[in-house]
Amino acid sequence: MKLGSRALLLILQNAPALLFILLLIVFGLMSDRFFAFNNFRNIVIQAAPIAILAIGMTFVLLTAQIDLSVGASMYLTASVAALYMADLPWPVSLLAVIVMAGAVGAVNGLIVTRLGIASFIVTLATLFILRGIAMWLSNTRTLMFPDAITSLNRASFLGVPSAIAGFLVVFALAWAILNQTPFGRQVYAVGGDPESARKAGLPVGRIVFWCFVVSGVCAGLGGFVSVTQIGAVGPSYGQQVEFSAIAAAVLGGVSLFGGRGSVVGTVFGAILIKTVQNGLNIINADPYIYPLVTAGIIFLAVAIDGLRTRIVERMERRTIRPLDTGAAAAAE
Amino acid sequence: MSDAAASAPLLEVRGLRKSFFGVTVLHDVDFAMRAGEALGLVGENGSGKSTSMNILGGVHRPDAGTMLLEGRAYAPQTPKDASRAGVAFIHQELNLFPNLSVEENLFVDAFPRRGVFPFIAPLFIDRRAIRRATEAVLREVDLAIKPSTPVAKLSQGERQLVEIAKALSRQAKLIIFDEPTTSLTRPEVERLFSIIARLKRRGIGIIYISHTLEDVLRVCETVTVLRDGHHAGTAPAETLSLQKIISLMVGRSIDQIFPARGKPPGAKPALEVEGLTQRGVAENISFSIREGEIVGLAGLMGSGRSELARMIFGLDPFARGEIRVSGVPLTNPTPASAMEAGLAFLTEDRRGEGLLMDFSVAENTVLASLRSLAGTLGFIDTRKVNEVSRETARAMRLSTDRVEDTSAKHLSGGNQQKVVIGKWLRRQPKVFILDEPTRGIDVGAKQEVYRIVNALTERGSAVLLISSEIEELIGLSDRILAISKGEITGEFARKPFDREAIMAAATRLAGHESFSAKAAPERVSA
Repeated sequence: MKLGSRALLLILQNAPALLFILLLIVFGLMSDRFFAFNNFRNIVIQAAPIAILAIGMTFVLLTAQIDLSVGASMYLTASVAALYMADLPWPVSLLAVIVMAGAVGAVNGLIVTRLGIASFIVTLATLFILRGIAMWLSNTRTLMFPDAITSLNRASFLGVPSAIAGFLVVFALAWAILNQTPFGRQVYAVGGDPESARKAGLPVGRIVFWCFVVSGVCAGLGGFVSVTQIGAVGPSYGQQVEFSAIAAAVLGGVSLFGGRGSVVGTVFGAILIKTVQNGLNIINADPYIYPLVTAGIIFLAVAIDGLRTRIVERMERRTIRPLDTGAAAAAE
Repeated sequence: MSDAAASAPLLEVRGLRKSFFGVTVLHDVDFAMRAGEALGLVGENGSGKSTSMNILGGVHRPDAGTMLLEGRAYAPQTPKDASRAGVAFIHQELNLFPNLSVEENLFVDAFPRRGVFPFIAPLFIDRRAIRRATEAVLREVDLAIKPSTPVAKLSQGERQLVEIAKALSRQAKLIIFDEPTTSLTRPEVERLFSIIARLKRRGIGIIYISHTLEDVLRVCETVTVLRDGHHAGTAPAETLSLQKIISLMVGRSIDQIFPARGKPPGAKPALEVEGLTQRGVAENISFSIREGEIVGLAGLMGSGRSELARMIFGLDPFARGEIRVSGVPLTNPTPASAMEAGLAFLTEDRRGEGLLMDFSVAENTVLASLRSLAGTLGFIDTRKVNEVSRETARAMRLSTDRVEDTSAKHLSGGNQQKVVIGKWLRRQPKVFILDEPTRGIDVGAKQEVYRIVNALTERGSAVLLISSEIEELIGLSDRILAISKGEITGEFARKPFDREAIMAAATRLAGHESFSAKAAPERVSA
């Protein structure tokens, strides 16, 4: 049983990679256009907004919280930029979007940590509030962005398309913060065992708060990148994006129970999701089955996470007697 | 270190007093210790050990009293203050993050940083520094693992050594161990003791808290006994015997506490357990309890005694074995089917599992027997509920009669326990499993519980009694089974019980004496 669950665990831990390879093979067999460099570049460009959002989500998930408001925050901050900042230079709009989205994250974080309300409820409420404000400000019209912003989509830095460059910067920063700074490791500590973290004297509330701010900032940034690609925002903009972001993180191995996962996995998850959509597009699949397939993958991701958690729990279950093999050897 | 420094007390505690909600739990407790010495702190549950240690560790603040650490006033306001002053507390439940590496665990609240960019404050963790520091302290505790190993991969004993390494990395002068051996294998215990000896040689003071008195006598130079929040005595370990410590702990002879039984046990078996086995938890456990008999289960925490109870009651799974209640097999028990068969289970975690704290006493008393109180349409008959629970409250001599508007959390520990027992009594169980029925309640309430247990057996119920207090087992039981590492290691018939023999059996590593010597089997690689 032990050997069996170890093998199963190995498969589950690498399930996203196996799934990815399987998808590549299937789509590659169904269309020869799939395996083209340009196509893969497009996949990464398309995945960039979701990946940035999912990186922010990873911080929140690592502390065993959740942020459902990122899609709505994207919609509101983009709408404000389109309505009031159309004539300003784009860096100003970008900065304003990031500041506003960061403020949204700060409000979420404050309510969660100070009032002790479950983040699911808090961010569900802010989702509706932000979306409501955006619809009210825009009268539910579709807002267009000036050329200064949409032309960014075609720009590139050192030969790297702007969307990919932006995403790489966020990714590198997030990785460095989570792995190389005290704050990052404390995020893992808080997610792993909040009670021990409190006993160790870590500022648990402050750490959770900053994770929500990071998630907010990433929502603003991701929204901005997606606006450069789409050029317009309407009432359905950013809808259900939060779920894609969560799915990307979970697919990449981030645990919904906190303390486990990495941004590398998250980015991989985001690219996996976009690969599916790209592949379906290339094989001319019925557009109506897109959501079905995406949902199937999200479901799979959550199921895998649950199964993996259960198996890890079983393997770590406290034993009173030394097991005949393995454990005794390991204890020596 | 000069002789003068070695003989001056490292820690001096004078007149420590503390009360919670008007109940005084510490009455002017004094103790003192020198650097390089181990002080054993023993006492029954509720004697004030943990309260005094929590004060020392900065978790609670005393109402009165002074503490001197190396001659300077010491009054920690938070655990962080205590750690900064050089006092480390190694809790029974270790305080490590399994998802972080060993080195990260050592420095998680104060990572050293290094600068990467000029003119910007250092942001990044100085990985090389923490690795070096971690390697150094791991060497001191003889732990040959890489500092980058995730804690999740370590055994319980290794994790404890990591905790000690953590204390060393903070330049601890005083390390408090709270029940450090309960989840360790015997070789791990030996290793821990040799590390403790080394710490003492380095001039670090040790406070050692344990219910395993043999270990206390072995590790410590001095032993302080607490009883009901009072300082009951302090003496050098070599002048103390187990008997002497126990009499200091209990403070009275046993007959006064335990009421006499009215009726001898019957002949028919009420509970039979045969060959109960679950890998890593229980090995071939067989025993039976007759009607009206009290069987005590003597074992240390982590010996598998609670797990055994949980398996019988259907809370934990087991791989093999048979359970019979009054001769009727109970196959694949679930709590519901176990209750149906006539089993009742008083869990050790009264607050977590036994009582709904925000519910009234009345609601709690009838919880296990709701169906019998439902009216014709299946609705609960509130008047009947109140009537029945008031009746139970009187039978249990509960402190309150207003059962419908007193919520459980407002009762004292002893009265809460009576409510939990009362809840099960309503079902008139054939077999009552009591796991630590008197933990944390005062002597008066204990006696009440003993009286109720005796009354139960007179009505023919069989009782399986689990207790950390050997005196309680000896005072109440008709027979005592010793359990260790998930195996029954001894059976002792009615009085006079041989306390030493029981303790020896309960601490024996059944069938695994050769465990450490056994050649390492081939590793199973995944």
